[in-house]
Amino acid sequence: MTRRKYVMDFERPLIELEEKLAELQRLDLSGNPELLEEVNALAAEVEHLKVDTYQHLSPWDRVQIARHPERPKTQHYVEALFEDVVELHGDRAYGDDEAIFAGLANLSGRRVAVLGHRKGTNTKENIRRNFGSPHPEGFRKAMRVIRLADKFRLPIVSFLDTAGAFPGIEAEERGQAWAIAESLSLLSAVKVPVVVVGIGEGGSGGALAIGFGDRLIMLENAYYSVISPESCASILYRDAAEAQTAAGCLKMTAPDLVDLGLVDQVIPEPLGGAHVDSATVMAAVGDAVSTALDALSGIDPQELVDARYERLRSIGEWCTIDEG
Amino acid sequence: MSIADWLSQRESRRYTKAGAEAAGGSNDVPDGVWVKCDECKRTLYEGELVESGRVCRYCGHHLALTAPERIELLSDEGSFVEFDAELVSCDPLGFVAVKSYNESLEKAREKSDLPEAIVTGRATIGGMPVILGVMDFRFIGASMGSVVGEKVARAFEAATEDSLPIVLVTASGGARMQEGMLSLMQMAKTSAAAQRHAEARLPYVSVLTNPTYGGVTASFAVLADVIVAEPGAIIGFAGPRIIEQTIRQKLPKGFRTAEYMLNHGMIDEVVPRAALSEHLGLLLAYLSGATAVAGGGAE
Repeated sequence: MTRRKYVMDFERPLIELEEKLAELQRLDLSGNPELLEEVNALAAEVEHLKVDTYQHLSPWDRVQIARHPERPKTQHYVEALFEDVVELHGDRAYGDDEAIFAGLANLSGRRVAVLGHRKGTNTKENIRRNFGSPHPEGFRKAMRVIRLADKFRLPIVSFLDTAGAFPGIEAEERGQAWAIAESLSLLSAVKVPVVVVGIGEGGSGGALAIGFGDRLIMLENAYYSVISPESCASILYRDAAEAQTAAGCLKMTAPDLVDLGLVDQVIPEPLGGAHVDSATVMAAVGDAVSTALDALSGIDPQELVDARYERLRSIGEWCTIDEG
Repeated sequence: MSIADWLSQRESRRYTKAGAEAAGGSNDVPDGVWVKCDECKRTLYEGELVESGRVCRYCGHHLALTAPERIELLSDEGSFVEFDAELVSCDPLGFVAVKSYNESLEKAREKSDLPEAIVTGRATIGGMPVILGVMDFRFIGASMGSVVGEKVARAFEAATEDSLPIVLVTASGGARMQEGMLSLMQMAKTSAAAQRHAEARLPYVSVLTNPTYGGVTASFAVLADVIVAEPGAIIGFAGPRIIEQTIRQKLPKGFRTAEYMLNHGMIDEVVPRAALSEHLGLLLAYLSGATAVAGGGAE
């Protein structure tokens, strides 16, 4: 058994037991039937614990899985699902933000525009890509490609995986809020289908800027939230360590968001998370995106935009009180 | 107190001058008492503050206004007619942290005497009919949940329907955490409604007041044709604490004030409160060209 590079807190007891079991199984126990029986019992226990650990995930456990360094990222989906990929660079105003991927690609015979937050797979990449947290120029690059898709009638596929828009001095000075707001109004009005897939983290406005459309598909352990659980905890509890509690309160997991009527489809992940069997998960995402695009492709462009507007307009819950 | 009781006790004359005074100033001090300026810490006479629109006579600092005070300051006397006041927040997530969301809502309603963090309606400014929306920071930091989002979207739709300009005065801590993703999605909803209003070639002027943050800045607040800000107002995306924690350095002095954002090209102008109402009239007159020519029936 290969030793795992990265272990999430909640799976630590299981991993430790698995390693102990592996050690025991390496021993030659043919002359010791009693011990062999015990090892077999332990194996059954490990299997039981595995199912128990991964089938009863708390919202905070899911956040850990969503952030897992080995979890498939936008670039992996782009490589696995699309052909003839042309990456497009730059916002034509300031720079090229590597925290956002934007390009043109072929999804099983259908030409599309692809957007996504892009985290790195190693430290070097992560520094260049700012750990997937875009600056305004990243959103402005996305907007440029959204306009291009609208102009040439290319459906848009967008992959969400960001802790959030970067909160820094320069990002503020260059109009982080302006870039997000403009992307929201643009995306609300494009006359091509927009299919969004939450593959990992869906952090607040930075996710939303390329994160709504005609369909929202989410991986089982992806999250989408108004605020990170850590920030929520530090505001409400004055203690970031309460993030576990906040993750539950915020109703940010894919199953929660189905209950709130915000998510159209949840793609199941193998026990332990998408990184356990990336190929299968990515293929399932490809199928779901194609099916969604098939369903949206015949719709009249104005009807599509009107339906998207109605979809947004229906979000929210309140009470009505008779005055006087 | 139940919501219904509270609403029945609410004074209907809130938007007259007497009503605004009855609702109280932002510092919760009755008439005739001395108030300290948040900025220069000098003592100001409450009666004088009411006269000056709550601007400090010593340092020019613009103290917070309540929504009724702001409406009185901006709109022609007696012209404001509120709509959608019957929309109140429920607790869609069953959110309980240190205190429950329902508790926070009840406190906010008592403190502000308002049903929610924004008041929207019809008014005239300099004789010109407009849709006017004003946020009130006393109500859970004027955060945007379902009701604020819905009222903003309806305000844009009313303006689009009747071919009217819209003026929105913002102050907000951002999206309302206690309604989770429903709040985040209000950013997209309000931006979409603003976009439809813009496509009808109708004017939208936003007035950013202290402070305007997060999901409100990053949605409808900055989608205006002309963005005006009050002197000294802090305007930004991320909260100051989040930025300091992320970059591990202190923020520069004057960071993200209206004047700072003006220098960085993010807003059109900084207009002192005393000149605001007249200035809005001027802007709306310039921006109403398309409406006047098309006879209000754009598209």
